[in-house]
Amino acid sequence: MKTSRTALDLFLTFGKIGTFTFGGGYAMIPLIQKEVVETKKWITTDDILEILAIAESTPGPIAINTATFVGYRIAGTLGAICATLGVVLPSFFIILALSYVIREFQELKPVQYAFLGIRAGVLALIIKAMWSMYAQCPKSILSYLLMLTAFIAVAFFNLSIFPVIIVCALIGLVSSCLYERRTRQ
Amino acid sequence: MIYLELLWTFFKIGAFTFGGGYVMVPLIQAEVTSHGWMDATSLVNFIAVSESTPGPLAVNIATYVGAEVGGIFGAVCATFGVVFPAFLIILIVAKCYEKFKTSKIVRGCMAGLKPAVVGLIGTAVVSVGRTVFFPDGISFSAFSTLSFYVMAVIFLISLVLALKKKSPILIICISAVLGILAGYFVL
Repeated sequence: MKTSRTALDLFLTFGKIGTFTFGGGYAMIPLIQKEVVETKKWITTDDILEILAIAESTPGPIAINTATFVGYRIAGTLGAICATLGVVLPSFFIILALSYVIREFQELKPVQYAFLGIRAGVLALIIKAMWSMYAQCPKSILSYLLMLTAFIAVAFFNLSIFPVIIVCALIGLVSSCLYERRTRQ
Repeated sequence: MIYLELLWTFFKIGAFTFGGGYVMVPLIQAEVTSHGWMDATSLVNFIAVSESTPGPLAVNIATYVGAEVGGIFGAVCATFGVVFPAFLIILIVAKCYEKFKTSKIVRGCMAGLKPAVVGLIGTAVVSVGRTVFFPDGISFSAFSTLSFYVMAVIFLISLVLALKKKSPILIICISAVLGILAGYFVL
């Protein structure tokens, strides 16, 4: 009884977070801080930092990672399911509704002009995202080589992205093992 | 089977995106255009729409592509596909959290992954840049068109705002207004 109430509470709280987060991921953090840490006192601020670190080193959208992790911490697997559904469902329904009108909407002249400008804005946002990821990278020759190789492999040789990701992860793993062995000797 | 294809494609995207959000863009672009589900321009338009509507970018894009390609059930499949890998992996990590936190394997892989992701986002920058500056294909004559310089100005203003950490919604609103003004008064 008690877990099912907590699970419902998780669903509603993360539903609220999902409804009011624009852009997802990092934009969610202040809301989680307020709802989950301050209001519900389910976890502490330190937990949030750890969860973020995990979310960054596991695949998938950060919003989903965070919701699943917090949900599991508080009410086990059921809690994880409820929190994840809560964060997904609002945007699912909003986008589903939008998908019916967006096509007609895009035919309008002012909207086409607006999107002309918006595409330039999105380009800037993607460059910004690239810059923040670059800031997190180790600044070594290997790291620059991987950047360049991944870019060239996909942009010029049309390689599929998935094997590129796997190979780069393996290179990172091997080089960090080698580095460790060398420093130990 | 379009539903299975949506499910599998977005499952792969969900399983291979680290850091979420824009990191997904090159993956989605490659998959969606190679399946012929959407052209590059509509995808960029929709990225802007999903920035301006609530919810995680990844979920919004999956839902939209799914709905476009396969209706409501298509949207369910694509969204489930993009969410499920993350859900499953976090569930496993949460169970053996202490081990994961100090794992040298995870740290080693991330050291290789992050630079790769920078390069991959770079490919998205190139292809989105192409739809912005060279909508009719790359040629020298593109540099002599007025629209090229108008787009360059809007892009530079947006870039300055983005690097100053202004909110994405603000940037999209400003670039939309600039686009409308340019459309009616300049082009």
